[in-house]
Amino acid sequence: MTDMEALANSLMTWSIYAAFVIVAVSQILAMIRLYVGPSVGDRILALDTMFINAIALLVLIGIFQGTQIYFEAVLIIAMLGFVSTVAYARFVLRGDIIE
Amino acid sequence: MSLFLVVALPFLGALLPGLMNTAGRAACAGVTFAVSLAAFVGLLTNLPAVLAGEMVTARIDWIPLLGLNVTLMLDGLGFFFAMLILGIGLLIITYARFYLAREDNMGEFFTYLLLFQGAMVGIVLSDNILLLLVFWELTSLSSFLLIGYWKHLPEGRQGARMALTVTGMGGLAMIGGMLILGNIVGSYDLSVILQNRELIQGSPLYLPALILILLGCFTKSAQFPFHFWLPHAMAAPTPVSAYLHSATMVKAGIFLMARMWPVLSGTPEWFVLVTGAGLITMVLGAVIALFKHDLKALLAFSTVSHLGLITMLLGTGTAFGAMAAVFHIMNHATFKAALFMSAGIIDHETHTRDIRRLGGLRHLMPVTFGIATLAALSMAGIPLLNGFLSKEMMLEEAYHTVLLDSHWLVPGLAVLGSLFSAAYCFRLIGHVFLGPVRDDYPHKPHDPEPGLWLPPAFLVVLVVGIGIAPFLVEPFVKLVTASVLGGTAELPYQHIKIWHGLVPALYMSIAAVVGGLIVVSAFNPLLRLWDAAPRPEAKRIFDAIIGGVVRLSERVIHGVHNGSFTRYAAIMTVAVVAVGYHAWATGTVGPATRVPQVASPVQIAGWAMLVAATLGLVLLHRNRLLSLVLIGIVGLVVSVGFVFFSAPDLAMTQLTVEVVTIILLLLALNFLPNRTPIESTVLRRTRDAVLAVAAGVATMALSYHYLLRDTISPSISEFHLANSYKGGGGTNVVNVILVDFRGFDTYGEIIVLGIAALLIYALTEALLDGPVRARLLNRKPTDPRAGDMHPMMMVVMTRVIMPVVMLVGFYIFLRGHNEPGGGFIAGLVVSIGFVMQYMASGFAWTSARLRYPYHGVIGAGVLTAGLTGIGSWFVGKPFLTSDYTYVRIPPFQEFELATAALFDLGVFLAVVGAVMLSLESFSRLARRAHVPDVEHPMDIDPSRDDPPDPLQPRTEA
Repeated sequence: MTDMEALANSLMTWSIYAAFVIVAVSQILAMIRLYVGPSVGDRILALDTMFINAIALLVLIGIFQGTQIYFEAVLIIAMLGFVSTVAYARFVLRGDIIE
Repeated sequence: MSLFLVVALPFLGALLPGLMNTAGRAACAGVTFAVSLAAFVGLLTNLPAVLAGEMVTARIDWIPLLGLNVTLMLDGLGFFFAMLILGIGLLIITYARFYLAREDNMGEFFTYLLLFQGAMVGIVLSDNILLLLVFWELTSLSSFLLIGYWKHLPEGRQGARMALTVTGMGGLAMIGGMLILGNIVGSYDLSVILQNRELIQGSPLYLPALILILLGCFTKSAQFPFHFWLPHAMAAPTPVSAYLHSATMVKAGIFLMARMWPVLSGTPEWFVLVTGAGLITMVLGAVIALFKHDLKALLAFSTVSHLGLITMLLGTGTAFGAMAAVFHIMNHATFKAALFMSAGIIDHETHTRDIRRLGGLRHLMPVTFGIATLAALSMAGIPLLNGFLSKEMMLEEAYHTVLLDSHWLVPGLAVLGSLFSAAYCFRLIGHVFLGPVRDDYPHKPHDPEPGLWLPPAFLVVLVVGIGIAPFLVEPFVKLVTASVLGGTAELPYQHIKIWHGLVPALYMSIAAVVGGLIVVSAFNPLLRLWDAAPRPEAKRIFDAIIGGVVRLSERVIHGVHNGSFTRYAAIMTVAVVAVGYHAWATGTVGPATRVPQVASPVQIAGWAMLVAATLGLVLLHRNRLLSLVLIGIVGLVVSVGFVFFSAPDLAMTQLTVEVVTIILLLLALNFLPNRTPIESTVLRRTRDAVLAVAAGVATMALSYHYLLRDTISPSISEFHLANSYKGGGGTNVVNVILVDFRGFDTYGEIIVLGIAALLIYALTEALLDGPVRARLLNRKPTDPRAGDMHPMMMVVMTRVIMPVVMLVGFYIFLRGHNEPGGGFIAGLVVSIGFVMQYMASGFAWTSARLRYPYHGVIGAGVLTAGLTGIGSWFVGKPFLTSDYTYVRIPPFQEFELATAALFDLGVFLAVVGAVMLSLESFSRLARRAHVPDVEHPMDIDPSRDDPPDPLQPRTEA
């Protein structure tokens, strides 16, 4: 292994660790926002942010473990996670989500 | 013809009348008649063997481990009863064809009738007492349907309920008695039981078994004190009364007593119980019958009385008594069925059955008069008619019977019963047919069409024929008697003769007839006396008992099951924690075999979020929307946790279920207040908190314990991992478990899922048909509404993503067998794709574009899965055995084809249908009257230049 590759490897490892920490912290911040509110809109947005962060977290786990097995779960969150956000929003704005 | 066919024909044939219903009444009755005739002829083909004294048997092992086998046997007794059931059945079918009115559903009637007929034939041909019990209950059920056939009559429904309650209770008692009997002998085969008289009568359990079996017989055959249901069952159409209550169902109890005669009779207990009940029933029934004004009620009580007579004869335990009983069963069936049919004719033609409104019908209905008079005289015991012969044999037997050390008790009561019996027969003739012609009949009477009077006329020919030439039927009666006796007693030497010389029975007979004439001539003063005397009213007592039982069970149920889920959860939690603690405290705990891993910061962050969200949920749960958001967090973190612990299937399921749940709950929240009100006291909430903490701590302790230790026995996972590819052809063990290892479970579950969805649909439909409908339609939103109804952004977005969702669903479905995925997840993904369209463009727009109803999708799913399972039968494998193969179509790589994928397709369809049907039903509730359906996919459409709908959002606010 050349020095260059070792450097790249350690850079990669450290980047992933950093990313984990950043995503985790932002997840916690989103959660705090969800608690603090103050409006329902803030809370729904916070939940949506948490969905996005969850995508990031799962992809990071996949990269870290070098496996593709988590990809479909990520795909589903990305594709369908917005549906619950929209449903919450419709509920707050209209009351009836299917009209 | 095989006995199986004789029993099965009426059941199979019961499918036909319903199908022929549209082909007309004649076709419907004709096919029923043909079925009965086929069974009757099939029975007759066995006659030579029966006459030769052979026992015809047929046997199939059904559940041998329980001793429950389909074994049938035909001896003289069985043949005699089967002939009565099928032969009189043919006459009744003819009669019913002309009796039923045009508005009655004939197919329904004949279906019930054939079911009943099959059950009765089953009883008399059963060789296995458990099988007999099955048929016994079937007669109770089918007679319930027949008695309550005129559903619009409250008396019919009440009478049917009463009959079912009484005979059902008796049947329950009999099950106990039969099980005891089978236990004593060690076999449930009747032919074996009948050989073990000494064993049974010597057993200490003889008396309980006898009482329980007699309870069954007495309730079925309307013996005192259970006689009261029979008159109330007269609300049935007359063909039913003539069939069930003269010839068949009420004779089932008699049949069983005769069948069990060799092993149960001859003991003092049998004698006192059976003869006592029979005597009381005979006298009581005859006395009440005399004072009944309803023709059918009179006949019903006379049937009660005659059944008592037969029971009494069987109770004496002598061979002569048994022969008299058999002969009287035959005679009673002929004259009583004829009388019931005549009563039906009178009702049909004059529109009344009240004897007080009749009289003088002799000239108006000469044919009916002839039939009814001959049958009634036979019942009264007039010479040269068959009733005389068996009644005299009864009196002869009674003369020799000593009950309670008295030589006079039984003969005296027998004469008294015969006297009243003769009296009501004379009253029937005198008050209905004789006397002056009246001018106030409800309907001008005349003789009916031949179809109605031919069947009873045929029976009356038998009545007279047997009465004049008894020697013709004597060999047959003796054959039947021989099979009743079953070798335990000598066949009686006496012959059935009209003239026995000046014997005591003749004097008793004369006394009864003369006494009957005197009673009838003094009828009016006697009636005033009867009406003045206080009597217990059976129906009121019965209703009071039923009411009391209902109140008692209501009290018990409401005490235990008060509708509070909190209470159930509390009881269950306490019980489980207590049992778990007991196990932990008394059992041994092995040492830890695993080393705990170190938690990474990310894991700790996830854990902290889960704890925070859960605690937040506990604190904020009164705000319903907020608690739903918090549940969303819990679901998300749990899904990530599933991924982290290598369960991608679970994670995908959890994520999709989470979305569907949130939509479902939001749909429901629309109808609920925003906040949950405080309803319980502080004390109770403290109790609940303590319980919740205890349950949580217990669960944590259990998880911690098992995370550090291996299970005691090797877990089943090893088997699944080893066999997943080998046996199921898939590398995704979770999916192979679902569609293969435990495919049958999954099959049941998709059926349950479909039923649940249909139930939700039915409930919402019922709600929308009821009084709630107006409130739902006129509901006004509590808060002013903001935003567009169908915003363009959302419409475009969901349309664009729809094909992608479908593609992903298809992909997840296909890869499911070997990679994470499968029909269940794919079904949820596709459903969410559909729900998006509902949310974007509205209910009306989307439903209008629905090509297949969701009910059908559910059904298609269950059918696909079921047919896949059945498919394995064709290659000789058990239900749901899966198979797989590899194929290669040139430009593609080799791929796998598995039957499990077809099964998974069924799961997929059922899930899509069930999810969509439940969500659609919920959103159907939210339709409002003042919001018109929109035909456009979105509110603002650049390609459309019509103005936005005037009712659109802002005006609403």
